[in-house]
Amino acid sequence: MSSATAIHDAHDDHGPSKGIMRWITTTNHKDIGTLYLIFALIMFMIGGAMAMIIRAELFQPGMQLVDPAFFNQMTTVHALVMIFGGVMPAFTGLANWLIPMMIGAPDMALPRMNNWSFWILPFAFTMLLSTLFMNGGGPAAGWTMYPPLVLQTGDAFPFMILSIHMMGISSIMGSINVIVTIMNMRAPGMTLMKMPLFVWTWLITAYLLIATMPVLAGAVTMLLTDKFFGTSFFSAAGGGDPVLYQHVFWFFGHPEVYILILPAFGIISQIIPTFARKPLFGYSSMVYATASIAFLSFIVWAHHMFTVGMPTAGELFFMYATMMIAVPTGVKVFNWVSTMWRGSMTFETPMLFAIAFVFLFTIGGFSGLMLAIAPADFQYHDTYFVVAHFHYVLVSGAVFSIMAAAYYWMPKWTGHMYDEKLGKIHFWLSAISMNVLFFPQHFLGLAGMPRRIPDYSVQFTGFNQISSIGGFVFGLSQVLFCYIVYKTIKGGQPATDNVWEGAHGLEWTLPSPPPYHSFIEAPAVK
Amino acid sequence: MAHAQTDYYVPHGSHWPIVGSIGLFTTAVGAAMFLNDKFGPWMLYAGLAIIIFMMFGWFGTVINESLSGMYNQQVDHSFRQGMMWFIFSEVMFFAAFFGVLFYARNLSVPWLLGMGSGLTTHEVLWSGYNQAWPTNGPADVGGDFHPMGAWGIPALNTLLLLSSGVTITLAHWALKSGERKKLVMWLAATVLLGATFLGFQAYEYIHAYHEMNLTLHTGIYGSTFFMLTGFHGLHVTIGTIMLLVILLRCMKGHFSADEHFGFEAVAWYWHFVDVVWLGLFIFVYVL
Repeated sequence: MSSATAIHDAHDDHGPSKGIMRWITTTNHKDIGTLYLIFALIMFMIGGAMAMIIRAELFQPGMQLVDPAFFNQMTTVHALVMIFGGVMPAFTGLANWLIPMMIGAPDMALPRMNNWSFWILPFAFTMLLSTLFMNGGGPAAGWTMYPPLVLQTGDAFPFMILSIHMMGISSIMGSINVIVTIMNMRAPGMTLMKMPLFVWTWLITAYLLIATMPVLAGAVTMLLTDKFFGTSFFSAAGGGDPVLYQHVFWFFGHPEVYILILPAFGIISQIIPTFARKPLFGYSSMVYATASIAFLSFIVWAHHMFTVGMPTAGELFFMYATMMIAVPTGVKVFNWVSTMWRGSMTFETPMLFAIAFVFLFTIGGFSGLMLAIAPADFQYHDTYFVVAHFHYVLVSGAVFSIMAAAYYWMPKWTGHMYDEKLGKIHFWLSAISMNVLFFPQHFLGLAGMPRRIPDYSVQFTGFNQISSIGGFVFGLSQVLFCYIVYKTIKGGQPATDNVWEGAHGLEWTLPSPPPYHSFIEAPAVK
Repeated sequence: MAHAQTDYYVPHGSHWPIVGSIGLFTTAVGAAMFLNDKFGPWMLYAGLAIIIFMMFGWFGTVINESLSGMYNQQVDHSFRQGMMWFIFSEVMFFAAFFGVLFYARNLSVPWLLGMGSGLTTHEVLWSGYNQAWPTNGPADVGGDFHPMGAWGIPALNTLLLLSSGVTITLAHWALKSGERKKLVMWLAATVLLGATFLGFQAYEYIHAYHEMNLTLHTGIYGSTFFMLTGFHGLHVTIGTIMLLVILLRCMKGHFSADEHFGFEAVAWYWHFVDVVWLGLFIFVYVL
């Protein structure tokens, strides 16, 4: 460790350039990782503000604060911002920071393209968010953009489509970079089956992205031509089919939800062994489980469409294929629990988030299993049960894993320990309020409350009020998170190189913070 | 640069990506405003001009770095793998449109005709509709049309693209054996074949619009026909421009028998365009 450090210092001759141009022209994986993470945090707060508007409107039955059209814009843009602007860039930021350090590479394989992948995003989201101020408002047909409803969007329509194209270009380039970096830049001795699980899960995620983002591009391109160039892809009058859009969209959309969770699996698989002070249980089964999930994700898409009309054989195929995903996912949960079994556990903030992930993501997985049952889904479809389900996997799943990652690696990135007390407060506030926010939504859904509607029958009032209160607390807790991040960047107790007693992996052999160029000399991996 | 790993070239800050982002943004906003009838197409053109400027600058930088020997074999591997994954993403883009074609032909149009579970829909909504593929739908969207046959220009175009696959391979062999004259000749032949293909396709489109009433508005048949062949034509155009750039570089003496990734990348791309065309010829024209 120490010899490697000495070499870095000797080679650390060119640091970053000064001023704003450092961030605009940077080709450094750490700078770009930081940009991604800050961008994701900003988008998380913007998308969160939209969620607050939704919960405020739903605090009582009847129309209070916003008009229905604006409410629909909020649900639509909230989802697009959180998925494409929050979770995906946060994971890409983590990939940028961590993958080169974990595999002993000098940088990402294609550094200039790496910069471009990031710098497309602020422009794309400027476009998307600007639609809220246009004639006819922002997109309001849901993030899935189903025709024919979405074709009624006003001036926002082409802006939405083209901003999605830009996000897609960014994701594809980012993913190509991740794959090439992992396949080509590993230190000697870092064989595939020695890679940290975060690297493995990202490798598979990147593959999913390259395979599906072009399909989304195709789907939205057909929306664009249907609206402006007279094509009939999604119009039965011309021989097309609106359901066809849903097939194409969900061929992208279902792998997309695994894109949003596989890197989370990787993060959790890094954190739990550290704080359980035991190696990960069943490493290779974790790798195979991840690959199986990725494969299955391509053949389950129509479970989002059980009620739309499909031949019975189709309903059955997609039902059983979907249920099959529970097997590799079960392997993962089993392995995380087994890793903790008889470990010398301590409960620092990253571990708290990781354990909450295992519990709460599993709840989201189980409700997913319920939704997979085609006949039952006829009852659950488009109700708040679905909303509860995917927020359990995306908030207590993806977002909690990102929080865990931030606490876990922030000392490495900044050289400062975060404030453990504030971190724990943030965790308990988030974990409790998240459940207050989303658990009642299961009941609302089972009782029949539809999603994406600004008003509801009075019998739903109680659970909605509980949910909204949970929402406000959850939202405010994230302001605390922003403060903790700010405080850690500014100062705090200096972090040791290893940071955590039980942490293993190449990134912990570097100083905290690591030099601008890490692993110019490839480390030896035994 | 004494250490092996140090040799992996990590460029310093570059301003080309931000130029590219501004170009993309200008193009996208310009296109959106143009589609909304808010503004002339000038902003769109300006955006495209910025993107072209960026490509000149960025590729120019890379070519200079390559010529001055800054790339080692590992960098070369990165470029190769990057290009392969890019082509894979393109394959998936076309896969989406082929999927649409298969779905329309095998599922949604038969359902409209009353097959499978579509009987009631057919009786209630489109009882008079009995036109199987090629179809412009029960509402006869776009009016009567003639479908495009396979054995005129399309067959000729198949021949042209397949021959261009041969000529670019001959050019590659010439490059490998260091015969610069042959290389330039075969590469020029490839460019010519690509350009001829495009000329024929333009003629085919004009013919379709003027004589056959086959347009983008011709229901699902016209939509899939023009979307698939149109995006393919766009890719042939891009490929031809890439070939032209490579031809000019060959004439300037770039590339050696051992190191010519730029050439190979374009050749891969050209073969990809070729394969997509074979799919188009079979599924759009012949069947």
